[in-house]
Amino acid sequence: METLSDNTFNGVGVSPGRIIGSVRQMPKPVSEPPVGERLTHDTPEAAVEALRAAAKSVQASLNDRAASASGAGREVLEATALMAADPMLIKAAVKLINGGASAERAIWDAAASVAEMLLNLGGYMAERATDIFDVRSRVVAELRGVPAPGIPLSDTPFVLVAEDLAPADTATLDPASVIALVTSSGGPQSHTAIIARALGLPAVVAAVGVTELEEGTLVYVDGAAGTITVDPGAAETEAAEAWLRTAAALADFDGNGRTLDGHLVPLLSNVGGAADAVKAAAAGAQGVGLLRTEFCFLDRDAEPTVDEQVAAYRGVFDAFPGKKVVLRTLDAGADKPLPFLTDASEPNPALGVRGYRTDFTSPGVLERQLSAVALAAEGSEADVWVMAPMISTAEEAGDFAALCAAAGLKTPGVMVEVPSAALTSEAILGRVAFVSLGTNDLTQYAMAADRQLGPLAALNTPWQPAVLQLVRITVAGSVAEGNGKPVGVCGEAAADPALAVVLVGLGVSTLSMTARALSAVGAVLASVTLEQAQNLAAVALAASSAAEARAAVRAGLPILDELGL
Amino acid sequence: MSERTAVIASRVGLHARPAGIFVAAVSALPLEVTIAMQGEPADDAMDASSILSIMSLGAGNGDTVVLRAEGDGADDALDALVTLLETDLDAE
Repeated sequence: METLSDNTFNGVGVSPGRIIGSVRQMPKPVSEPPVGERLTHDTPEAAVEALRAAAKSVQASLNDRAASASGAGREVLEATALMAADPMLIKAAVKLINGGASAERAIWDAAASVAEMLLNLGGYMAERATDIFDVRSRVVAELRGVPAPGIPLSDTPFVLVAEDLAPADTATLDPASVIALVTSSGGPQSHTAIIARALGLPAVVAAVGVTELEEGTLVYVDGAAGTITVDPGAAETEAAEAWLRTAAALADFDGNGRTLDGHLVPLLSNVGGAADAVKAAAAGAQGVGLLRTEFCFLDRDAEPTVDEQVAAYRGVFDAFPGKKVVLRTLDAGADKPLPFLTDASEPNPALGVRGYRTDFTSPGVLERQLSAVALAAEGSEADVWVMAPMISTAEEAGDFAALCAAAGLKTPGVMVEVPSAALTSEAILGRVAFVSLGTNDLTQYAMAADRQLGPLAALNTPWQPAVLQLVRITVAGSVAEGNGKPVGVCGEAAADPALAVVLVGLGVSTLSMTARALSAVGAVLASVTLEQAQNLAAVALAASSAAEARAAVRAGLPILDELGL
Repeated sequence: MSERTAVIASRVGLHARPAGIFVAAVSALPLEVTIAMQGEPADDAMDASSILSIMSLGAGNGDTVVLRAEGDGADDALDALVTLLETDLDAE
């Protein structure tokens, strides 16, 4: 993506919205000072002086932040503040300075030794190693005179611009403070995209050049078009105001997903726990198309008990009495490692022992999870379906169905995310009751492109003709199997209103998405007949590139521009 | 040199909040205080005003530590620190 003119940056729009705001750049991560760097101050005494001053300054600013925090967050900040000027740490660094090292290198190495010592102690102490690295970055930033790492603090709301955003960066993201996300790298299925959609923030990724924008520059961000315009004029101001009005109108989904001519397409939600489920139900979701069960297992060093799982699952089931809830069994591995289940030393985690495959290496965990699901389902009124992630063959699907039957679960299914499953969907549907397309991973595997790499963003979009073909083939398998077994979509593709129309046109029966996307998808779907959706699907399949497919379909959906989507 | 022993009362042992409270108290004193696990040589004792040193001690609930300090008011200062360590600082 290149700049069109001096004042517009082009990227990939990943979350709709039109707003105007000031740029604040995410400070670049603090880089390691050159190994073996020697004194950069005039004398060791001057370097020691600078180090002590930097440490005290970092300590003071951490204490300031602690003062406006509360609870556990406050305690962590206070402890980290103490670490910043800790006598043992400073003493070690001073020794290195007196041995000829630069102040930056000295604190870098001294902190590394302390971190190693903490890691060796294990448990709670080992977790504090992250705090030491954070302190180290702050002290080095202070010595260099550059902004401290982390989301900038600001009195006024701003547009956050970064090279890319990691989950750790966005953990503290406050949507009241940050009004849009713009990154120069990353792809349509990167973490930035996911969090932007979850928070309802306009976002554009892979917009080369935005990290050069000056602090405070006023920009207009269009998260659907994927553009950032510097010094917005009257047209942009009007568009931003129109969006505010539309956003208010799009706030409600009437709970009845359908096309203009009444073809029903239940719109379900992707949730990660009871709290999500309650919000999704309030937003009108017609059920849950993807219950990610990892929430129960993350941050633990051992498997949760069956009782704990039962309680957790029931919390979700109880939010949807009489409605469908599709639970996905544990999907650990790759970007979701679980220490007791997956092997972090695998050379290719995305192609490794993940999802259903962990049953080969750690048998029993899946069985226990299924019995917990059955117990939870017994005590609730939801219609519970279960599906396994990362299924590659019909044989695996059959084995999973047998495990479900043994646990007393009546509706087993599998995710179609490995291309082999799409290509053998007829055989797979001969063994299970339904399939659900996980378009995020399906795209990654089909296009052989890592989801997290910016340079590959153009490949990593579900608009790729090859991916749409795999959807078509999956549906064709269901038709061939002859029992009308449903093919749903639960990947991010379902949340894109234009793509949602294509998916429905391809024969997908349900769409599951983040609750925020329900009303936009519902509105756009309700503006076309099933035949129009099928025509648009044909247009997309016939396109010779993802960009062409997307442009052609969007051209056939004028409601998108009206709604600023 | 004044010396006192204390049995760690905090449920989590001497880290997190209890360590922070202890370090703050030590830092407020005009004396230098060292801390070591009982039985360790005095030469290996750690700087009690360093939270990292305290954490590396790994003193758990029920462990006995030895506090040492020298100078005017050392006895009283150490007595106060012992009282602090022998209170369950987690309970607040």
